[in-house]
Amino acid sequence: MTMERELDTRTAGPAREAPVSGDELVKVENLKVYFPIHSGLFQREVGHVRAVDDISFTIRRGETFGLVGESGCGKSTTGRATIRLRVPTAGTVGFDGHDLSTLKSDDLRRLRRRMQIIFQDPYSSLNPRMTVDSIISEPLETHGLGSKGSRSGRVSELLELVGLNPNYANRYPHEFSGGQRQRIGVARALAVEPEFIVCDEPISALDVSIQAQVLNLLIELREKFGLTYLFIAHDLSVVRHISDRVAVMYLGKIVEIGEPDTVYAAPGHPYTRALLSAVPIPDPKLERKRRRVILTGDVPSPANPPTGCRFHTRCWLYEKLGRPEVCTTEDPPLRVLAPEHQAACHFAEESLRSDVGVAHPEQAPQEPASIAAAPAAS
Amino acid sequence: MTLSEESAQAPSVVVEDLPDSVEVATEEGRRMAAQLHDKQPHAKRLLEVRNLTTQFFTREGVVHAVDEVSFDLDYGETLGLVGESGCGKSVTALSLVRLVPSPPGRIVSGQIIFDGVDILKLSNAEMRLMRGKKIGFIFQDPMTSLNPTLPIGFQISESAKLHLNLSRRAADDRAVELLSKVGIPRARDRMKDYPHQFSGGMRQRVMIAIALACDPMLLLADEPTTALDVTIQAQILDLIRSLSEEFGTAVILITHDLGIAAGMCHRVNVMYAGRIAETGLVDDVFEHARHPYSWGLMDSLPRLTDARSARLRTIEGLPPDLLDPGPECRFSPRCHYVTDRCRTAEPELSSREGEGHLARCFGTEPGGWIA
Repeated sequence: MTMERELDTRTAGPAREAPVSGDELVKVENLKVYFPIHSGLFQREVGHVRAVDDISFTIRRGETFGLVGESGCGKSTTGRATIRLRVPTAGTVGFDGHDLSTLKSDDLRRLRRRMQIIFQDPYSSLNPRMTVDSIISEPLETHGLGSKGSRSGRVSELLELVGLNPNYANRYPHEFSGGQRQRIGVARALAVEPEFIVCDEPISALDVSIQAQVLNLLIELREKFGLTYLFIAHDLSVVRHISDRVAVMYLGKIVEIGEPDTVYAAPGHPYTRALLSAVPIPDPKLERKRRRVILTGDVPSPANPPTGCRFHTRCWLYEKLGRPEVCTTEDPPLRVLAPEHQAACHFAEESLRSDVGVAHPEQAPQEPASIAAAPAAS
Repeated sequence: MTLSEESAQAPSVVVEDLPDSVEVATEEGRRMAAQLHDKQPHAKRLLEVRNLTTQFFTREGVVHAVDEVSFDLDYGETLGLVGESGCGKSVTALSLVRLVPSPPGRIVSGQIIFDGVDILKLSNAEMRLMRGKKIGFIFQDPMTSLNPTLPIGFQISESAKLHLNLSRRAADDRAVELLSKVGIPRARDRMKDYPHQFSGGMRQRVMIAIALACDPMLLLADEPTTALDVTIQAQILDLIRSLSEEFGTAVILITHDLGIAAGMCHRVNVMYAGRIAETGLVDDVFEHARHPYSWGLMDSLPRLTDARSARLRTIEGLPPDLLDPGPECRFSPRCHYVTDRCRTAEPELSSREGEGHLARCFGTEPGGWIA
């Protein structure tokens, strides 16, 4: 609690009114989202799940910022906190110079028109009792945009924009396939002409060929309206495809951040390297040649994260370097490795040099990696 | 005389040394069952599927879920069934072990020869001896396929007791051995734990232990890693690969992820709308695909190795309704290369370059219009 107050005093003053420097649209600083754990007869608070634990990043106007990680790493919670669908435990979220945590509800609602979200599951995120028309026009009503008559014209326009037949406006969600429903979700998000859209795993629930359709649609719309995306996904190749910058999360922390070409070609964090090496590539010859790091064990509980570096319990580099003590005692901060490339590892340089798990084996040295790397297939 | 007729004619007797849950109808049935248990391969191929047709009889009409599907599987081979949801890959696998939910589903015609035995002619009791003993399964969601009210040790040793006639103690020892084999630490201590006490990846390891409990000749893995995170997926795939090599178990791997098929399989069947669109060795199918649907599937994936932010090629439209597939090629409504010929008749699977490489497309046949 004290921390929250501290942060408030630090940012309440100047950051609120003055626009954040230059072209930054979203500025997240020291964001923490903890969920209380209740237990016992009186449901006393016995601890916290540290879903998001002190992360900072900025999203520039017109940029697509990718957030990847495994389930439970805090990426969705981060996405929701950036548009204040979750109230942060500590830290600030700035949107176009406004501090979301200090806004009054009216001001917040006005600002909300400029930020929208597309959800993962196109089945549960659309109300089955509402027609497509009422689903898409609801945000217009909420924000008092347009007259009743002009709204139906706007709905047709939006349906056409996302590639659906405008005559379908009176149908119900169950009459559509998964990909079509996701298009309805996109139309709903676009209805209020937002600047910023949080895409929370928007294509994970769809079939491969439909994924490509929706991904193309999101890219087209981005170009057409100059949208800014926070794109959350667990699929590294999808994130690489759409993002201008990528952040990798592990156990509530950002462990690496940078441009996709840099991060994917030479990861500075051993977790990123392991994650990349685990992605199957649809090329049999490449798959047979690849060297993979198979991480042992499961992700530790975010209620009780390991001391020091949170990844050290599963880290192949930690083992390779003979378990240096610093990894268990000091939590490594994000360090700048190159312009636009940061990683939170005491031994990031070692990871940069490694050839484990990269997707371009022709760029990698020929001799086999000495540890933790096994051929993908024999 | 076929097996099922035999057992149907003879009066049923109770066999004492088998648990109640196994109904072995007659002495004759037992003899045949013992033959099923025989480890010696009876045939050159482990599995031959011929013209398998499985349909669902619903109120709206007959859904042609699997239509005239034929393929072979060698001993120890890993075969991938790839395709999108609703293409019939899971129903194909369920048909192989006769677990198609019935009603409304039914295997309408075809032949499934497994290790020399015609599966569709076995009695239910004989089929039960086959499942778990000779064919193991792993399903997508390990939480719903494990019994939440029984300790996992019991669930693993159950089939060993049943099929291998092991004593309780021996079956428990085997379960511990299997648990440590699939990488569960402190295996003996964890025998009494329930499924909810394991993480998703660990549960899938338990499923694999159950599937391998009787050292099956064939493992059916239906989207075994779809519910798991990518680093855990890598662990599980690695485990399946090494166990299948160690025990010489053949694997049918059902997946929508072409990357997984590329890394795991010897051969691949690409399925579309209940039919095999293309089949062949994994290198042939991935590098010299000869069906427009295969191209579409591969092009629509963003890859770690591609140039970024190029527009992805997509397959426009949706798969056809399997209630009433017309006489045309089932992919023709979505195909870039479609001609009138494709709209009037459906092509047969025919040979392409490469061993056992077949594709169902007029356009890529010799003299076809697609280069």
